[in-house]
Amino acid sequence: MTSLPDQPAQRRLGLVIDLDTCVGCHACATSCKEWNMGGVAAPLTDLDPYGAKPDGVWFNRVHGFEAGEGGAGRTVHFPRSCLHCENAACVTVCPTGASYKRAEDGIVLVNEDLCIGCKLCSWACPYGAREFDEAEGVMKKCTLCVDRIYNETLAEADRKPACVMACPTGARHFGDLADEGSDVSRLVAARGGFDLMPELDYRPTNKYLPPRMNASPAAVAPTASGEAIRPESKFLQWVDRLFSR
Amino acid sequence: MAQHRIDLSSRVSDEVKTTTCYMCACRCGIKVHLRDGALRYIEGNPDHPVNRGVICGKGASGLMKQFSPAKLRKPLLRVGERGESRFREIEWDEALGIAAEWLGRIRASDPKRLAFFTGRDQSQALTGWWAQMFGTPNYAAHGGFCSVNMAAAGLYSIGGSFWEFGEPDFEHTRYFMMFGVAEDHASNPIKIGIGKLKGRGARFVSVNPVRTGYSAVADEWVGIRPGTDGLFVLSLIRELLLADQVDFAYLARYTNAPWLVIQDEGAAGHGLFARDEAGRPLLWDAALGELADAMRPETKPALVGHYRLADGRRAVPVFQLLAERYLSPDYAPEKVAPIIGIPAETVRRIAGELAEAAFRGEIRIEQPWTDWAGRRHDHMIGRPVSFHAMRGISAHSNGFHTCRAIHLLQMLLGSVDVPGGFRFRPPFPRPIPPAIKPAGPVAPGQSLKGPPLGFVQAPADLLVDEAGEALRIDKAYSWEAPLAAHGLMHMVIANAHAGDPYPIDTLMMFMANMSWNSSMNVPGTIEMLTAKDPASGEYRIPRIIYSDAFFSEMVAYADLVLPDTTYLERHDCISLLDRPISDADGPADAIRQPIVRPDRDVRPFQDVLLDLGARLGLPGMVDGEGRSKYPGGLADYMVNHERKPGLGMLAGFRGAGGQAKGLGAPNPHQIEAYVANGCFWHDELPHEARYYKHANRRYLDYAVAMGFIDRAEPVVLQLYSEPLQTFRLAAEGHGERQPPARHRARIRTFFDPLPIWYPPFEEQDSNAGEFPLHAITQRPMIMYHSWDSQNAWQRQIISSNRIYLARTLGERLGIADDDWIRITSRQGSVRAQAKLMEGVNPDTIWTWNAIGKRAGAWNLAADAPEATKGFLLNHLIPEFQSGDGAAAPLSNSDPVTGQAAWYDLKVRIEKCLPEEAGTTDPLFAPLAPPPGLPERAGRIDFGRRFRPGSK
Amino acid sequence: MHPAYSVIYFTVASGAGYGLLFLLGLQAAFDLLPAHPWSAPASGLFALALVTTGLLSSTLHLGHKLRAWRAVTQWRSSWLSREGVLALIGLPVAVAFLYGMAFQNDAGWWRALGLAVAMLSALTVHATAMIYASLKPIRHWNNPLTVPVYLLLALASGGVADLAIDAAFGDVTLASGLLGLALLAAGIAVKRGYWRSVDAGEAPSSPESATGLGAIGRVRLLERPHTEENYLLKEMGYQVARRHARRLRLVAQVLGFLVPALALAAALMLSGGVLAALALFLALAAMLAGLLVERWLFFAEAKHTVTLYYGAGRV
Ligand SMILES: Nc1nc2c(c(=O)[nH]1)N[C@H]1C(S)=C(S)[C@@H](COP(=O)(O)OP(=O)(O)OC[C@H]3O[C@@H](n4cnc5c(=O)[nH]c(N)nc54)[C@H](O)[C@@H]3O)O[C@H]1N2
Ligand SMILES: Nc1nc2c(c(=O)[nH]1)N[C@H]1C(S)=C(S)[C@@H](COP(=O)(O)OP(=O)(O)OC[C@H]3O[C@@H](n4cnc5c(=O)[nH]c(N)nc54)[C@H](O)[C@@H]3O)O[C@H]1N2
Ligand code: SF4
Ligand code: SF4
Ligand code: SF4
Ligand code: SF4
Ligand code: SF4
Ligand SMILES: [Mo]
Repeated sequence: MTSLPDQPAQRRLGLVIDLDTCVGCHACATSCKEWNMGGVAAPLTDLDPYGAKPDGVWFNRVHGFEAGEGGAGRTVHFPRSCLHCENAACVTVCPTGASYKRAEDGIVLVNEDLCIGCKLCSWACPYGAREFDEAEGVMKKCTLCVDRIYNETLAEADRKPACVMACPTGARHFGDLADEGSDVSRLVAARGGFDLMPELDYRPTNKYLPPRMNASPAAVAPTASGEAIRPESKFLQWVDRLFSR
Repeated sequence: MAQHRIDLSSRVSDEVKTTTCYMCACRCGIKVHLRDGALRYIEGNPDHPVNRGVICGKGASGLMKQFSPAKLRKPLLRVGERGESRFREIEWDEALGIAAEWLGRIRASDPKRLAFFTGRDQSQALTGWWAQMFGTPNYAAHGGFCSVNMAAAGLYSIGGSFWEFGEPDFEHTRYFMMFGVAEDHASNPIKIGIGKLKGRGARFVSVNPVRTGYSAVADEWVGIRPGTDGLFVLSLIRELLLADQVDFAYLARYTNAPWLVIQDEGAAGHGLFARDEAGRPLLWDAALGELADAMRPETKPALVGHYRLADGRRAVPVFQLLAERYLSPDYAPEKVAPIIGIPAETVRRIAGELAEAAFRGEIRIEQPWTDWAGRRHDHMIGRPVSFHAMRGISAHSNGFHTCRAIHLLQMLLGSVDVPGGFRFRPPFPRPIPPAIKPAGPVAPGQSLKGPPLGFVQAPADLLVDEAGEALRIDKAYSWEAPLAAHGLMHMVIANAHAGDPYPIDTLMMFMANMSWNSSMNVPGTIEMLTAKDPASGEYRIPRIIYSDAFFSEMVAYADLVLPDTTYLERHDCISLLDRPISDADGPADAIRQPIVRPDRDVRPFQDVLLDLGARLGLPGMVDGEGRSKYPGGLADYMVNHERKPGLGMLAGFRGAGGQAKGLGAPNPHQIEAYVANGCFWHDELPHEARYYKHANRRYLDYAVAMGFIDRAEPVVLQLYSEPLQTFRLAAEGHGERQPPARHRARIRTFFDPLPIWYPPFEEQDSNAGEFPLHAITQRPMIMYHSWDSQNAWQRQIISSNRIYLARTLGERLGIADDDWIRITSRQGSVRAQAKLMEGVNPDTIWTWNAIGKRAGAWNLAADAPEATKGFLLNHLIPEFQSGDGAAAPLSNSDPVTGQAAWYDLKVRIEKCLPEEAGTTDPLFAPLAPPPGLPERAGRIDFGRRFRPGSK
Repeated sequence: MHPAYSVIYFTVASGAGYGLLFLLGLQAAFDLLPAHPWSAPASGLFALALVTTGLLSSTLHLGHKLRAWRAVTQWRSSWLSREGVLALIGLPVAVAFLYGMAFQNDAGWWRALGLAVAMLSALTVHATAMIYASLKPIRHWNNPLTVPVYLLLALASGGVADLAIDAAFGDVTLASGLLGLALLAAGIAVKRGYWRSVDAGEAPSSPESATGLGAIGRVRLLERPHTEENYLLKEMGYQVARRHARRLRLVAQVLGFLVPALALAAALMLSGGVLAALALFLALAAMLAGLLVERWLFFAEAKHTVTLYYGAGRV
């Protein structure tokens, strides 16, 4: 349904992505592609796959940014996928009802049988989370792996989004952000998780954790007295020490 | 309208098979989901010791490797000129017949005229053994152009090494320093480890000219100038020595710090260890005031001082020499700062942080253990400082010593195989150096006396002739590269082309893209591969046999192509005799099992090799009647072959009942046992054996029982390397075997028994001033060398590469983002598109490795971005040192190990003319696809068949 | 934003069509239709042609054209749906209105329908404009002047069309001519106001807010997630060079407003006749051409926030 659910969902399932640990390996991107190319949004068509302009549908793409100048800055790897916004204009602009936000868990999905491929939802998404499948003529997007997380044919431990399962550094977390006691909510609270483009008021469910700007640990410089120590004197100091083989 | 109904519980697969990933050499465990016989999904195996369930970006793209239109389909015989890529499809029988005929002639006349080189490190346990049985010493795998500096420096210093033979104690470390690593072979373990480390809030410092990948998530990025890490580390060592922040107890107990070194300048014994009659090293017992056997427990060794030996000669402890050297003001932070490009305060602070973490941060694990001498300790002391280093260190001509310097630092901090430090992965540590020596050439029809690769301990072990000239085609173990533990793969083509030291007949290669991204001076290499002898009209390298699974650039240069299977189609053996996948908590090995049947007329190369061996009647491969001993191919071999009684390719599930581990009789059901166990075997060390492995009785006994080492003797870590000194003595005119005159000065300089630093050779070149910038490459995490350009998913992520440079540099030269620039070295020049960035050393430019492709290769369209915009720095890397006019050029390698010095490259850059912009240059002629290669798909949507609700 | 020709044609043509219908509706309601019996029906037919070809063209870019009907279901939230609903309601009403006008001249009912036609036309154009104006990720569209521009340009182009057709039947009055000039003046004024507004405006979003990394410092793209163009870049990463855009703005103003105004003035001075009619057709042609350029720029100059993830410094 195009209109957003009347009541805020009881559960708000989403991802928390830790920009402090993401090393930019693209595992989340290719696992996502791999899972979803055969999932409810299948296929994720690739066009010209071996030619000059390879182009395919992906639900998750990893960017690299530099923030700050010179050595004082940081390089940050930045995975980008649907944020399953509370205030999802991608849903409300949809003329057909193909785009909808699930009342029970807040997941934003596309019903491809209804989609006319007008692309308006992709214009309405500030985050570039919607991808048009040219060959299929319909809009597609991250499903939050809805066909994994509730999949009773999978073991309990596997009922997580493919990108979260894959991530080798453990930079991706999945859970209920409406539940203040959930691991993800606690992580967001502890680490100052933030929204992307809060000024647009889409109220994303997914949160990003900022890179930690660790100050140097307070160290005792071993050579605080520096050159005052005469190297030759060291030997005299050492000669009396007894150690055991 | 009711809410959209979707099937949330559709069945993922009807079958799940386990195997081992080979989208890279990390070798993670995977679960492959199949539906209706088709590949549906590949995920990490949560039980597997390597990846614990995670998977990387490459591994998750495995489906598209199977889907690739670049897979070779049938054996090919060249019909056109070499390099024209014109072939005729032939049957396997004919192909094997041709190969057997060529090789048979060689073996009967001069076996060393077969050069057999394998690029990737797949199955060296088999390929090396095959070469040995064939009788050619001209065998090596990828280590020589990869990281032999790392391996050799480690194995000659601590009995293990970084690379994948050890790992930081990610669970306990508090301060982790990483040198020159973009990805490394332990791809997922490092990522898992960094995740853990960051989760615990441990400090992570990355020393790297470029701030991407791991360096990006480091708490501190140290943007060092390439090739200067050795100096940086030695300066840290000086600071720690000055401040008394070294672990004397550890040094006295576990290292050769107290061993006495003879001081007898000019004499044959100078610089060697003082030894007793039994040859055991001596130390000075300071409590008793007498010489003592350094291997005896409970002595009170002196670490400094000057002592007299029984014969009157003077001797000093290793530590005295070490401290004398590194306390020198030459290593003061202020002195090194302008060279390394790091402020002196930073060097000093990092030294302080290391000391702080190692000593004030000392940890204790309440785990009793027994040392080699039988002494019981009720806990384990940890120095939670750990290091990891890889090709940023090793791929320089000073890499061996730099890597030794890092090991020295580890030893001084007492952080080798202690909680929180660097940990060995069994079967390491090994005796220093390992006891295997390289075997030299033999008579026609004979097998080598031992494996072709090994560890020399003294000049006597070199493979040189009377005149001191090389016996191997790559000149490994000659005076040019004495400690070449892995061979010099990068020199094979150039040397074979030059007939130096002798011409060869057949070059056989496996999984090595040597006409492209794994050669230096690519344009020159292509010429050498196609060059003919004007007199005979024959190719300078007469015959080339090549096995690849895909239409790589190298295929075009083969005379006979033996198409391999993919990793999902064959058995493989990830053996402890090879490059193991163990972790620090215990040894592990694994197999691959066929998941899908090949849809082409291809055969696993390892089966082919055994078949060829049988056709040639090679010892070990045929029985008494001359029949193949392993008709079942590799699967047969890995179960039934024994290196020595009880020791086979796989350590798990041995013995008739499958209960034995390490040593045991072959088990006919071993493969089934592996499959039932997820295709791997992992043994958990008892907790008391998990640290101090070099001196831990429980571990040493275990290692003997497993067949890793011969005797349960402690491995004494070598700060001072006596084997190096033996070479230096030879250069000074001592001993039976001395270097030819032209090598004397080099050997004397570079075989310093304590780590030294010198500028990489390219910087010492007289024309260095013309090329002010360093140019290096990095592994992109999503691509494995050249393998993945055929992969429809991975190539969407990166199909062309930029040249990255510091914004300040770009602004100075008037270069902006997207500008095309020309990069020029003394070897040649290449055109590339620029990208400016902040996080890069200002004197350094860099790019992603192996993205550039030859047009037409890999069954990509000729105008694919890989070919039109992608480029290789390899075109610019000289394979020889300039030598400043010297007659016989030396390879562009480390003088100790022969490690290829990829990252010594010096260049200058300038903006291109507007008419040059748009494509890279040089552009090589497009390669035509060999016969039988399928049409490229214009669209991939095969996942549709899996869509829930569709059939 | 990628300027899709089908959508550009749709908004220009249906805008002019609805503008014309609006004027006819009002003229009918207030009994101000031109004297010639065929003049207004001809205008009406022309308007219908513009509107229907426009609507048809708008479906050309759909991935599933045959499902287009589904687009009317979500009028509660979607401006695109509302536009569809209004267009679908508006069409039969307009047809009935025109039928009445042409064949039931004496009956009064269709004059009353005129009001409905005018209202539906205005609402449809408003809905079209709101599709764009409501999109927060696109600053150039999410602008208070977007709706007035659409409405006024629809009206002005409809007005010029009306004048041209009236002229063909010799029916141009000074008053209607002056009204036309006034609409053109108003049109260009608000369009220029719009340009001033978007040129001076600042997007609330930046690479810093898009990534949340502003606390560290300025944010720059280092590595794209894919080296070649993908849907997002093709659809939303379209870039027009600033110089080119400036030139096209001039073309749009000259063709869309200056030429029509001059032609209209000339026509008024000629006060009727073939030449006047020709001048007015010239005015119409120029205006529609100018508006196509104007609409092309409306897309091409619009920057989507997703480009902030692909290296744009601002949107
Ligand atoms: N994804 C992926 N994984 C791979 C591979 C692959 O191709 N792709 N290849 C495999 C192979 S064969 C190998 S050998 C390993 C290699 O793995 P790595 O050792 O990680 O190899 P490189 O990418 O060469 O990384 C070298 C790093 O050293 C830095 N560097 C260069 N010069 C210097 C220097 O002088 N000092 C310091 N401190 N740093 C320097 C470079 O910036 C780069 O970050 O990776 C293996 N794993
Ligand atoms: N400039 C620069 N050059 C470098 C390096 C660098 O850092 N910078 N790194 C160097 C290093 S460390 C290395 S290890 C080398 C790597 O160089 P190579 O060892 O040449 O590695 P690849 O490019 O991966 O080529 C291996 C070949 O194996 C083939 N292959 C893949 N899978 C299979 C299979 O299952 N069976 C068979 N038979 N073949 C298969 C591929 O198609 C490919 O042709 O590159 C070196 N070159
Ligand atoms: S991220 Fe975009 S597609 Fe996803 S819910 Fe928000 S607006 Fe919609
Ligand atoms: S493209 Fe499909 S999902 Fe998106 S707005 Fe149009 S109809 Fe709705
Ligand atoms: S949740 Fe699933 S669909 Fe969404 S990005 Fe992750 S893997 Fe892709
Ligand atoms: S898998 Fe994890 S580490 Fe890799 S790019 Fe994705 S979030 Fe980052
Ligand atoms: S790290 Fe290598 S072996 Fe492991 S999943 Fe990735 S590609 Fe496969
Ligand atoms: Mo390598």
